[in-house]
Amino acid sequence: MQKRVLTVDDSKTMRDMLLVTLKQAGYDVLQAEDGQEALTKLESAEVDVIITDINMPVMDGIAFIKACRGKAAFASTPILTLTTESSDAKKAEGRNAGATGWIVKPFNPDSLIRVIEKVCP
Amino acid sequence: MDDLAEFKQTYFQECEELLVDLEGQLTALQDGETDDEILHAAFRAIHSIKGGAGAFGFAQLVGFAHVFETVLDQMREHQLETSTANVALLIRAGDILSDLVSAAQQDETLADDFGQDLLESLHELAGTEAGGDDDDDDDDPFGDVNDGPAEEAEPSVSAAARDIKIAFAPTPQLFHRANDPLILIRELKKFGSLETEVDSTRLPTLEDIEADGAYLTWRFTLHTPASVDDIRDVFEFVIDDCQLEVEEIGADPSTDTDSEKAAPVQEPGAGAKSGERPEDKTDESEANTASAENDARTKPERKADKAPRPQTPAESPSGNKAAADKKPPASIRVDLDRIDRLVNMVGELVITQAMLSEQIGQLTVEDQAGLLHGVETLELQMRELQESVMSIRAQPVKSVFSRMTRLVRELSCSLDKKAKLVITGETTEVDKTVIEELSDPLTHMIRNSMDHGLETPSEREQAGKPAEGTIQLSAEHRNGKIVIAVSDDGRGINREKVLKKAIEKGLTTPDARPSDDEIDNMILLPGFSTADQVSNVSGRGVGMDVVVRKIQNMGGRIGITSVPGQSSRFSLTLPLTLAVLDGMIIRVGSEFYIIPITSIVETQRPDDETIHQLASGGEVLAIRGGFIKLVHLARLFGCQRPASEEDDQLVVVVETGASGPIGLVVDELVGQQQVVIKSLESNYRRVQGVAGATILGNGMVALILDVDGVHSMSQQGNGSMIATRPTEMIEMPQDAVA
Repeated sequence: MQKRVLTVDDSKTMRDMLLVTLKQAGYDVLQAEDGQEALTKLESAEVDVIITDINMPVMDGIAFIKACRGKAAFASTPILTLTTESSDAKKAEGRNAGATGWIVKPFNPDSLIRVIEKVCP
Repeated sequence: MDDLAEFKQTYFQECEELLVDLEGQLTALQDGETDDEILHAAFRAIHSIKGGAGAFGFAQLVGFAHVFETVLDQMREHQLETSTANVALLIRAGDILSDLVSAAQQDETLADDFGQDLLESLHELAGTEAGGDDDDDDDDPFGDVNDGPAEEAEPSVSAAARDIKIAFAPTPQLFHRANDPLILIRELKKFGSLETEVDSTRLPTLEDIEADGAYLTWRFTLHTPASVDDIRDVFEFVIDDCQLEVEEIGADPSTDTDSEKAAPVQEPGAGAKSGERPEDKTDESEANTASAENDARTKPERKADKAPRPQTPAESPSGNKAAADKKPPASIRVDLDRIDRLVNMVGELVITQAMLSEQIGQLTVEDQAGLLHGVETLELQMRELQESVMSIRAQPVKSVFSRMTRLVRELSCSLDKKAKLVITGETTEVDKTVIEELSDPLTHMIRNSMDHGLETPSEREQAGKPAEGTIQLSAEHRNGKIVIAVSDDGRGINREKVLKKAIEKGLTTPDARPSDDEIDNMILLPGFSTADQVSNVSGRGVGMDVVVRKIQNMGGRIGITSVPGQSSRFSLTLPLTLAVLDGMIIRVGSEFYIIPITSIVETQRPDDETIHQLASGGEVLAIRGGFIKLVHLARLFGCQRPASEEDDQLVVVVETGASGPIGLVVDELVGQQQVVIKSLESNYRRVQGVAGATILGNGMVALILDVDGVHSMSQQGNGSMIATRPTEMIEMPQDAVA
């Protein structure tokens, strides 16, 4: 069955790159530009994995992850943070909010898929 | 990879927007605003630029952005002050960042030490090492995290297979973060043969069970050639949410699994299951059982919650609408070619509509009645359609205005003057083509104001002005045009000096008595700006006349007003679009011309008494106590006309950019019409006095007059000859044959 990924990033470049990479790997992709839009999309769609940027306007990734974890429906949906900072502080910030794992930008297509499979085989 | 080129295009478009944003945020900081959101927004802008740069391998850009970002990060965390000096540094860093982006876009290679001094200053501010190039581990384009899983796919087989013992006890946190032991176990299985034991002794009875509790622990024996690090990598995301022990038992390559060793490690409480010797086949079912228990605790809730939800597709209208409601104005990116096609189509439609109107005019009154109403409605709708289509291409002037901030900053440094740029009306919208053409003239005008307009700080203080000069850049819509003004509070135009120079250059005669305004406008004349006046700032080998030509080519006008000792102001009046204009069709002999409505002041049918012959051979028209010069278009363009028309003439008074009104002598006013401009330059070549051509409703081609060009032609030839158009066009093929 085709898995659906929700990508949340304010940068169109990044959204496009994720879109193409994920589509090529056979995923169905939903997109949002910030946490608020992502939550709205989640109201009407089920997703298997969420990939979210941390730094975004309106609602940032941390607030978005917390909001997801606060909802029973998304309590066990894997959420991967997508961020250029591979520093432990940033990873920890995402993890404290409830992120399942992380992806370091920039990613190469293979590694992106590997990481997704790691949390959602 | 085709995608990559496309991504890059998106990226650079995005960078352009982000850099404009960044400039705005930094300027706000400079102006003393302290809102945290400004710092956050600036951080995000750089962050996004860096993110994309990494993906495309723009190492220099990544390196610089990284340090820049670090400094901003510290500022938003209040670890660093947003002092004036620090903000000034950030602004300069923004300029360098912008240069790095352009270099990447143009595929240029900059010197390795480009922006090095600034980079070091940023490092100093951030308290980071300036040392190596970009060896900061954060910048590794393909970070360790991503390499890890890639290795998992093909575990290194260099080591011989041996047993690795793994003890794994998750905490409830692991489940809170949506990690799943079952997935981890499956990952482990990929490395080799796996024996699994689960300790379920702490599993409470059903009524005591907590949905998010962690009651199970596992012990694995993995026979694999993979390294301990590879194994640990599997647990990368859960390492803080479990107790994990990974221990290499021995490098004994024996295929006989040393299972006995596993037994003593088992806790006594492992009970019945510990006695079993799971085979490869069973361990997954084992794990499944374990995980099923786990599932039983965490998943039902989620499933139940999801079940009643209708399985609407992702792009359900409700979802989209809700999202759209929250967004500011939604926008899409459209290929410019498509819009141009649309604009052209509408242009053709306008012509067709004019053609219809014209043909209806030739019908009898009875036939007209019904049709006329329809055509009038069509005309209204057409105009509305045209305006909406044109507005698609409209963009705020902000993008070009914001570049000027940097220009003023840099000029302040190189000229040793103090100046601030005040921008107003940057949201005023105008056609994209106009915006693209604006950058050069604006740059030149601001250079001019900074170089010649503003005094040095000491001069200013002596004159009782603040040491810091102000340059104002404004945009506004006025009468269907956009007016862009650059003004400064400098010394104004030195009329004595300008007049002297103009006489030297032969641009005027010593006995002429020009008005103040006329003198001010002399600096716009071709040949006025010369080398001895050019400093290294405005010294790009061009004078203001280049600006004038450019503006005129765009169908605009430029005007100067100046108060000596106080200010000077350059204002550009430009059409909102370069594709259509409202024109008055006039006839001269058998030829039709278009005069842009915006330059027409009035029309007159003069008496003989009001026309005066000058000794020099020209004619002037007395009008409300003043005189304006008359230009006979028929003579100027060499139009043939019957002698009967000689006496029956009209004068169209038009405003020229530099010399005030002049009167154009024509034979007939045919009518007013919106015309679609077709470039003469791209279809033929530039012709003096002609701004372009258009197709009339009757299918004839009419030339659109360039009023200023007509005026200067009449000055050169004294309104006598210069048969620019008809003869030259006919001669062309003859020349070719000869």
